[in-house]
Amino acid sequence: MVLVLAIGDLHIPHRAPDLPPKFKSMLVPGKIQHIICTGNLCIKEVHDYFKTLCPDLHITRGEYDEDSHYPENKTLTIGQFKLGICHGHQVIPWGDLDSLAMVQRQLDVDILVTGHTHQFKAYKHEGGVVINPGSATGAFSSFTYDVNPSFVLMDIDGLRVVVYVYELIDGEVKVDKIDFKKTATASAH
Amino acid sequence: MLNGTEDEEKWLAEGIAGIQHNAFYMHRALDSNNLREALKYSAQMLSELRTSKLSPHKYYELYMRAFDELKRLELFFKDDSKHGVSVVDLYELVQHAGNILPRLYLLCTVGSIYIKSKEAPAKEVLKDLVEMCRGVQHPIRGLFLRSYLAQISRDKLPDIGSEYEGDADTVMDAVDFVLQNFTEMNKLWVRMQHQGPGGVREKREKERSELQDLVGKNLHVLSQIEGVDLEMYKETVLPRVLEQVVNCKDDLAQYYLMDCIIQVFPDEYHLQTLETLLGACPQLQPTVDVKTVLSRLMDRLSNYAASSADVLPEFLQVEAFSKLSNAIGKVIEAQLDMPAVGAITLYVSLLTFTLRVHPDRLDHVDQVLGACVKKLSNIPKLEDSRAMKQVVALLSAPLEKYNDIVTALTLSNYPRVMDHLDIGTNKLMAMVIIQSIMKNNSCISTADKVEVLFELIKGLIKDIDGADVDELDEEDFKEEQNSVARLIHMLYNDEPEEMLKIICIVRKHTMVGGPKRLPFTVSSLVFSALRLLRQLQGQEGDIVGEEASMTPNKNFQLLTQAANGCDIEHVAYEFFTQAFVLYEEEIADSKAQVTAIHLIIGTLQRMNVFGVENRDTLTHKATGYSARLLKKADQCRAVYACSHLFWVDDQDGIKDGERVLLCLKRALRIANAAQQMANVARGSGGPVSLFVEILNKYIYFFEKGNKQITSSAIQGLIELINTEMQSDSTNPDSVADAFLASTLRYIQFQKQKGGVMGEKFESIKL
Repeated sequence: MVLVLAIGDLHIPHRAPDLPPKFKSMLVPGKIQHIICTGNLCIKEVHDYFKTLCPDLHITRGEYDEDSHYPENKTLTIGQFKLGICHGHQVIPWGDLDSLAMVQRQLDVDILVTGHTHQFKAYKHEGGVVINPGSATGAFSSFTYDVNPSFVLMDIDGLRVVVYVYELIDGEVKVDKIDFKKTATASAH
Repeated sequence: MLNGTEDEEKWLAEGIAGIQHNAFYMHRALDSNNLREALKYSAQMLSELRTSKLSPHKYYELYMRAFDELKRLELFFKDDSKHGVSVVDLYELVQHAGNILPRLYLLCTVGSIYIKSKEAPAKEVLKDLVEMCRGVQHPIRGLFLRSYLAQISRDKLPDIGSEYEGDADTVMDAVDFVLQNFTEMNKLWVRMQHQGPGGVREKREKERSELQDLVGKNLHVLSQIEGVDLEMYKETVLPRVLEQVVNCKDDLAQYYLMDCIIQVFPDEYHLQTLETLLGACPQLQPTVDVKTVLSRLMDRLSNYAASSADVLPEFLQVEAFSKLSNAIGKVIEAQLDMPAVGAITLYVSLLTFTLRVHPDRLDHVDQVLGACVKKLSNIPKLEDSRAMKQVVALLSAPLEKYNDIVTALTLSNYPRVMDHLDIGTNKLMAMVIIQSIMKNNSCISTADKVEVLFELIKGLIKDIDGADVDELDEEDFKEEQNSVARLIHMLYNDEPEEMLKIICIVRKHTMVGGPKRLPFTVSSLVFSALRLLRQLQGQEGDIVGEEASMTPNKNFQLLTQAANGCDIEHVAYEFFTQAFVLYEEEIADSKAQVTAIHLIIGTLQRMNVFGVENRDTLTHKATGYSARLLKKADQCRAVYACSHLFWVDDQDGIKDGERVLLCLKRALRIANAAQQMANVARGSGGPVSLFVEILNKYIYFFEKGNKQITSSAIQGLIELINTEMQSDSTNPDSVADAFLASTLRYIQFQKQKGGVMGEKFESIKL
């Protein structure tokens, strides 16, 4: 069992002051093996905070990130899965699943983690799974009016990944889970 | 009187030897039940205590030796079967000892047994002893003697419920005895100050402080007497103790004893005798550190208040606050040269007290702050760092207590206190305030409170006169400004009208921040405003107008955000125009340009507020800039991204198949050119991946039903890619290979779907 935190689009300090207290109390160091961050933190303090949760931190650059050295996209292998990260402001039309599927094919990954729209999505298509953890702070977005703060925790176990999404709705944390199985003969190699 | 430590050691050794020598013979006498001899040798032994040569510290060592021996003697005395003399007779017998000091020690020892035997009332024996001890007027010798008396009499006092309580003996007698002993001991103690040559004052004070607990012990005993209830404390004990304290006119004694009283007696007693206790303070010597005494009193009372809610009414009933407040005022007035840190510490103690006891009385809290302001106003410039720390403590206390910054904002004197801080500390305090808000997740929701808040943190918002701007550490400055940026999001009200007022106030304050601060703070402000804009759909926002002093990138991003949020065509158009101008003139970095172009395309693609003409103009500009990016690969990607500008999947969205195809073909041309350039430069293939990306776009629009894209076009493109890959077999591009493979797999997958999609894809031959 490998726990991977997928989180992003915090937009601290420009659009949000901090993570919601209820989220902060849930994210404790030592429990998570990897952090995948879609981008738009935006300041170093958030980077440092993530580092305290887990030293294995992978970030891609969002258009508002102050650190310009984050890569545009990144791939990594966790267990049997190949994961790709890309913030998503580069993929037009924004939030378009078919265009994201193209990126997935291009990076040749089973799971593509992307952001930018501040909307949680977990979508399975022919080439694999696209996951958008939404905005962890519920930051303002031109996409949608009501942004609920959300993040995703993936539990990777063999050929199976369970995606837990945590959303803060009306002050309460709601959890949902989705199962994805990778077929042994599937695309990624 | 005293010469050197070496000599002292010698004398002490001599004294101890003397005691041991006589004790040896005394033991022999005790063993053979020889009272006469026992008395003779014990008296000789006790004569060692007649020395004047030892400092208190050393005398104590000597005394302890004697004390141990006296215990054995007492045992012997008690058992009259051993010596055959009645205790009454014994009491008389020991008075024949030659010198007064040994005589009195022996008398006390026998007195102890006398009381135990109950052959005389305890009070009479005690009275006798305490009076007789007057015979020794030498301070050190007298203090130790009386200390011995106190020690042995402790468990024999006629307290309530003790076996020594009788018809004649009451608690009052016990109290009288202890008070008398105390008074005499204090007199001896004070006398020490005036003995000897004037030059060794410091040494004398040190010696005196070594002896202080001997005197204080009496108060301790008083507090332990069960029969001393509040009534007796109020009527008898406290007045008499205070009388001695005031009359002795010795600052060392006064300070120690006041503090002792406060520490030793219960807090409820202090509450009920507050006036008396505080009344003594102005009567003390001017050199006594009264403020520390008062601080400790208040701290004790604060802890008492915190211990249980039941005691709080008592505080109100005795009007503790006003009494303390007045007392402090008097002390500060009287001691004009009290350093600032002392006065402020007093106020901190009073404030802590107030917050514990009357947290709901904001007027009291404000009053304390006001008194502090008055004191600070009399000081031209506060430079003492300890005093500063105390002021910070003063200001932090309400924040911690109330957790809700809004309450602190209602204290009218709060900003006035802050004004007296030096610039550095002022900023520190401002950060403390912001951190308090963030930690407690407080929301400040009215415009006037926001105004007060920004007054308080003005040190962070703008350059204050006299601030040394060069000394600013960059990291610290960033942290400060980011904190302010985050703070802006805590200022919120659901009511649009109030929210607009808040935003205007924030804007007013942040605008004077200057070019160094605006890049941090304006973004937050703008997003706050955009949120409001959404609420007020259809209304214009002028707020985005003044970002002249920010970085071009930030400006650009905000413009696109603003455009997106804007429902009014001409305003949105204006935003885009400004964005393009910025792009042209200010964004020079090629990487930044790529991001910028994508922002334009992405934003424009989603917007449906534009009429055909405006949209065309903007699209044309976007495509133009895309094609002129620095690197060919970037050009290619931006141009095929533009293809989406002509196809929006909505019901009413534009679906111009031809122009989509034109875009894709343009992208192909750029890819080809890139290929050729690479061939020439390196003699090998270029970015095949670009072709695969374009292929994917062809498939995308094919799927969406763009009639201009035919299956043969797709096939042709696939063949082209295959050719390129084969011709470049020396430099295989595994990434592109995998990409192509997955793309072809996708086509296959679609074919196998069957139905409409399957039919469509059927025509593509692989």
